[in-house]
Amino acid sequence: MRMFAILFALVLATPVRGVGLHATVLRVDYPQFAPISRFDKKPADLIIAGAALATQDNQTTGHFLGHTFETSTIATTPENVADALAQIKAQDISIVVLSAKSSELKVLVDSAPNILFFNVSSGDTKLRDVECRANLFHITPSNAMRADAVAQFAAYKRWSRWLLVHGSNPADLELAEEYRRAATKFGIDIVEEREILDTGGSRRADTGHVAVQRQIPVLVQGVKPHDIVVVADASDVFAPYLPFHLWDPRPTMGSAGLRPVNFNAATESWGGTQFQSRFERLAGRYVTEADYDAWLALRAVGEAVVRTGSNDPEVLRDYILSASFELAAFKGWPVTFRTWNGQMRQPILLYDGRITASVSPQEGFLHQYSLLDTLGLDRFESRCTQFLEGQ
Amino acid sequence: MHLFLAIVLILVATSVTADRIFVSNERSNTVTAIDSKTWEVITEFPAGMRPRGITVSPDGKKLYVCASDDNQVRVFDTGTFEELYTLPSGPDPELFVLEPSGRRLYIANEDDNLVTVVDTETREVLAEVPVGVEPEGMAISPDSAFVVNTSETTNMAHFIDTETNTIKYNMLVDQRPRYADYTADGKRLFVTAEIGGTVSVFDIAEDGAPTEAGKIRFEVPGVQPEWLQPVGAKVTSDGQWLFVALGPSNRVAVVDARTLEVEKYILVGERVWQLAFTPGEEFLLTTNGNTNDITVIDVAQQTAVRSIPVGDQPWGVIVAPNVN
Repeated sequence: MRMFAILFALVLATPVRGVGLHATVLRVDYPQFAPISRFDKKPADLIIAGAALATQDNQTTGHFLGHTFETSTIATTPENVADALAQIKAQDISIVVLSAKSSELKVLVDSAPNILFFNVSSGDTKLRDVECRANLFHITPSNAMRADAVAQFAAYKRWSRWLLVHGSNPADLELAEEYRRAATKFGIDIVEEREILDTGGSRRADTGHVAVQRQIPVLVQGVKPHDIVVVADASDVFAPYLPFHLWDPRPTMGSAGLRPVNFNAATESWGGTQFQSRFERLAGRYVTEADYDAWLALRAVGEAVVRTGSNDPEVLRDYILSASFELAAFKGWPVTFRTWNGQMRQPILLYDGRITASVSPQEGFLHQYSLLDTLGLDRFESRCTQFLEGQ
Repeated sequence: MHLFLAIVLILVATSVTADRIFVSNERSNTVTAIDSKTWEVITEFPAGMRPRGITVSPDGKKLYVCASDDNQVRVFDTGTFEELYTLPSGPDPELFVLEPSGRRLYIANEDDNLVTVVDTETREVLAEVPVGVEPEGMAISPDSAFVVNTSETTNMAHFIDTETNTIKYNMLVDQRPRYADYTADGKRLFVTAEIGGTVSVFDIAEDGAPTEAGKIRFEVPGVQPEWLQPVGAKVTSDGQWLFVALGPSNRVAVVDARTLEVEKYILVGERVWQLAFTPGEEFLLTTNGNTNDITVIDVAQQTAVRSIPVGDQPWGVIVAPNVN
């Protein structure tokens, strides 16, 4: 025993067995309208800053054990994703933090089966269901998880009669469908639905509020009695205007009002203050959800490297999916991965734009395995067959 | 109820010294002073912004408080409650540990990945030791040869050689390690992991080298496992009992420190955080952050005997012996 202790100590004191991990952030930038609110403008180093902080944190931890962590970044356009991937392959990189829409994401993941991808932007629930991939983990919560987080809070508050207002683009309709499903799951009655057409064009105008103040109320006029308004506006066309331009004054949740987010720059609970100040010192700005997701992705990888002493993506994947894996994420619960679809299991914060008003899962809900599995596709709901059922 | 009171009175009467309990109230920016004979609150005095870590000098005369948002350690007279002076601490001091001699103070700077070493007499910073991300828990070996720091995001216990102020050993523990405590003989070290839900146990060799000896896990029927979050911990000086505060589960676990079996869970106030023994270890005090009180646990009986209201969000607790 003594001999063992001495050996162990030597190994730790003289780090000779460390491994190096080189990861890449691949961010696909799409042409898009300026957001309705200037506060939603995307910083140039979006995702990249979150990844940089994770690399710094991993490196601080790693140097005690002789591991080294390095992250390169590529920002590209949808037209050039193939070139970007070729570049990554040429460098023999096996871990990629990926920000892309479903269409490009699927192409990238399928053309590099030896690379482990971490999705930090797409909430598309299908990617956690029939369209899942064995080499694709999801850090960002699925739209189903977010919708369930809203519905669970509404159920807790007994706000069980909803007016559902949605946009007219395919992404808006998909999001609306998530809210319908969540409403059924938590016993909520959608008393009526209204669609607000995206007529195209710019999101903002110098006289915006004048027109908005006249148009919006009539679109949501004469609705049956309802407790709240739930908004599905994935395209950022109208949602921020709704809360104070409704016909009937009601709280708003979803794409406006109280929003389901993975993280926000105001959260200080569970050690969040330290994370916020580390990030702000590094990036010179507030953290975004996407930065937090990138941080989580690389911290999950870093944790797996530190615990396994390996940089082999197969070994890392197995460890991440094993019962031993857990990660502290400033949300009060250890975050882990669902073994049936590779989705990170985590609480969802309900954020009003200034503070975290609540956190789902809510008190009083029960689950036979993990309360966090009351949000999103549970193991019996997901039709994903690319992951082995580990537990 | 009568019988219960009588027992408490007898126990109190057998206590010969007048000890003073100090509780740091994170939210009200104060320290509450309590008489451990009468269990009466003596006073509540301002202690700087966001007071958390709290300890006393070996002679019981000076009270040290980590005023986290003031970025310094405030020093008070335990008899008069007057502020004497401040000590440099480095940014955002959260927890610290005082050398048994009372000379050196080792402070965890949560925001800066540092442990700051301060001389309490010259009031100067002697060294800054780089550690893992978000340093928090601090412990010192009884022979003062090693200081242990736990880093919450790195998930390690760092063993700092106090001769050279450099890290000699790093041991991985579970997620978000919060607190560390040596047994009085220095042969064992316990490290709590809040999010991991475990306590890592290390055997310590003669030369201070650690070897993992086991892991303590917790389970309470009807309580979500995620709520069993080990934070503060204290081991009795005979090395027999380890008490572990389990945060939002509102319980203190009683662990046989030799077999590492959990023997009992004691229900206390809400969000139980840090622990301290009274001198002689008759009682264990717990800070309860959400009920704004402390619970008094009878160590021999392993039962909660009373609670005492303090300020808002009590965080740390310490007892100064023999205060006049």
